[in-house]
Amino acid sequence: MATLQGSTLEAIKNNQDQLLDQWINSLESNGATRNLKEHELRQQTSGFLQLLANGLQQADDATGNAEEVRRFLEKLSASRAQLGHDSHQTAYFIFALKGPLFSLLQRVYADQPALLAEQLLVVSELLDSLGMHTVRAYQITREAVIRRQQEELLELSTPVVKLWDGVLALPLIGTLDSQRSQTVMESLLQRIVDTGAEIAIIDITGVPTVDTLVAQHLLKTVTAIRLMGADCIISGVRPQIAQTIVHLGLDLSSITTKANLADALKLAIKRLDVGDSARG
Amino acid sequence: MNVNVNQSGSLAVRVEQDVVLARQQARKIASEQGMRLVDLTKLVTAVSELARNTVVYGGGGDMDWQVIEQSGRIGLRMLFRDEGPGIADTRLALTDGWTSGSGLGLGLTGARRLVDEFDLDTAPGQGTRITITRWI
Repeated sequence: MATLQGSTLEAIKNNQDQLLDQWINSLESNGATRNLKEHELRQQTSGFLQLLANGLQQADDATGNAEEVRRFLEKLSASRAQLGHDSHQTAYFIFALKGPLFSLLQRVYADQPALLAEQLLVVSELLDSLGMHTVRAYQITREAVIRRQQEELLELSTPVVKLWDGVLALPLIGTLDSQRSQTVMESLLQRIVDTGAEIAIIDITGVPTVDTLVAQHLLKTVTAIRLMGADCIISGVRPQIAQTIVHLGLDLSSITTKANLADALKLAIKRLDVGDSARG
Repeated sequence: MNVNVNQSGSLAVRVEQDVVLARQQARKIASEQGMRLVDLTKLVTAVSELARNTVVYGGGGDMDWQVIEQSGRIGLRMLFRDEGPGIADTRLALTDGWTSGSGLGLGLTGARRLVDEFDLDTAPGQGTRITITRWI
């Protein structure tokens, strides 16, 4: 197994400034410095070179003691992901160093071709593995961002509001996939128990597409609400949705529907009044 | 009758989230072509049904879309294809209320009623190809 020669390390250490300039130039010409401040970039690149040189010095082989380098790259990837850089731009941070480093080695080992080839291979393998590590770290950060957003959306999607004494409203917005409709149904049923509401209004104004799956979820929710002794009105049925439902062949005749939320509330209040006067 | 293809594209439909993307794509193309809101909603709903069938029953597939022109009129044509188990009895599958899964059994027939042209090409073990066209 080829190892890194002491003279390679020497050369990197002695030519740090030159390497740094060429590296930054290469990064800039490839657009990998978007949204980055000049001094930040300088700090990151010089910090990385320093760490790399130190890590190589302490290590017995080229891939050994690189823990600190890896941690540095993980932090870097995370910050790039938050800046909105894509994986290519982030990985290029490492790969852009190849050019300057290779030409440096070429100069150092100009008269030792066998050694040059060996050292190039070692350095190349090291940079590749660091580059891959950067991409992996970047991916992990992005996935964490996506997961957090999904959870936030799920939370956001179920605001059950009290419209009147005994009337709850649930404005649905966006897509009703299985997971969301489950959350929606649970929180609505729970609020009905908590508040003792008699009528729940589900408003679908914010749902752009009502297909058979959405209809099935709505039917199930309405059935569950009725089983709990409350009643349900669906509002926000726009003309295009109404026509689509007819063509789909959906039978929603068992459900009370209204074109808008105001009409649904009016109907709900009327039903409550009728109930009260019948009792009173 | 010769048909000109003005625009075309393809979209992978593999998981449930892709159904949303397929819908958005259909909505975007249709509104770019100036489709009326009612027709657009019908087309998007049909796309939603067929894309979901591709995921749930076909085990994932693709949606190919085309903006076509035939004797002066513009239309949108979409092909949903999967390599799934196929449909053994197409007459039964195109019966209102019949389902091999847990849905309402209206997706396929509903989609057929929502578009102008509907073509089902399937056989057991051969996958399923459904082409729909809606003229503007």
